[in-house]
Amino acid sequence: MKFALAVYGAPANSQAPQSALHFARALVAQGHEIVRLFFYQDGVNTATAIAWPPQDESNLSEQWQQFVQAHNLDAVVCIAAALRRGVVDQTEAERYQLPAHNLRKGYELSGLGQLLDGALMADRLITFGA
Amino acid sequence: MSHSVCVISSRAPYCGQVAREALDTALVSASYDIETSLLLIGDGVYQLLKGQDAGQIPRKSLLAMLQVLPLYGIETIHVDQVSLDERGINSEALQEGVTVLAEGELPQFIQQHSRVFNF
Repeated sequence: MKFALAVYGAPANSQAPQSALHFARALVAQGHEIVRLFFYQDGVNTATAIAWPPQDESNLSEQWQQFVQAHNLDAVVCIAAALRRGVVDQTEAERYQLPAHNLRKGYELSGLGQLLDGALMADRLITFGA
Repeated sequence: MSHSVCVISSRAPYCGQVAREALDTALVSASYDIETSLLLIGDGVYQLLKGQDAGQIPRKSLLAMLQVLPLYGIETIHVDQVSLDERGINSEALQEGVTVLAEGELPQFIQQHSRVFNF
């Protein structure tokens, strides 16, 4: 079955990205296809490269990135939600003359249309953190 | 297969960005020419209260943004009667162009859509 996953919660204030990662791993293990991963609302914080939780805690952002890259997933971060929350790639940092960029490799900033598109492509849209 | 989308919005208008970002999802869906409904339940019904003065906090008025929905082909906003009753809100206090769904109508309404986005 084809799945699209939407993540609305951030690692530091929500269980959503952790639950979504467990779910995504289970999907892959059972042979399902993840056609789109979409990070929206506070979920965009999952894609920051500069969060550093204490070393005896799991680094969820890093684990998500490894999963995305290992399975070559189409991982989209909502550009408007991300800009609002300080998650930017090099292009956006240059466009708005920001002092840094922090989007992890493997993710793409794009529009909300990608959430709609993913939901229409997939047999199921599963939302985490609503 | 032609799709239809239901965006369910259940947060108060100025509680973070959730209501705004739910509305954006409905607008994007409608702008793709997908038949789109916006359903307000729970604290989401506060989004429709007339007389909002968001400038004082200062924020952009969510109600003003809801009023552009007809331009995108979303002619009416659906509201849950039970949520209004629970909050003591009379439907006269709401923006015009609203369709109130009575208790028991919600499941069938949501089921009419092929995709549901929950905020």
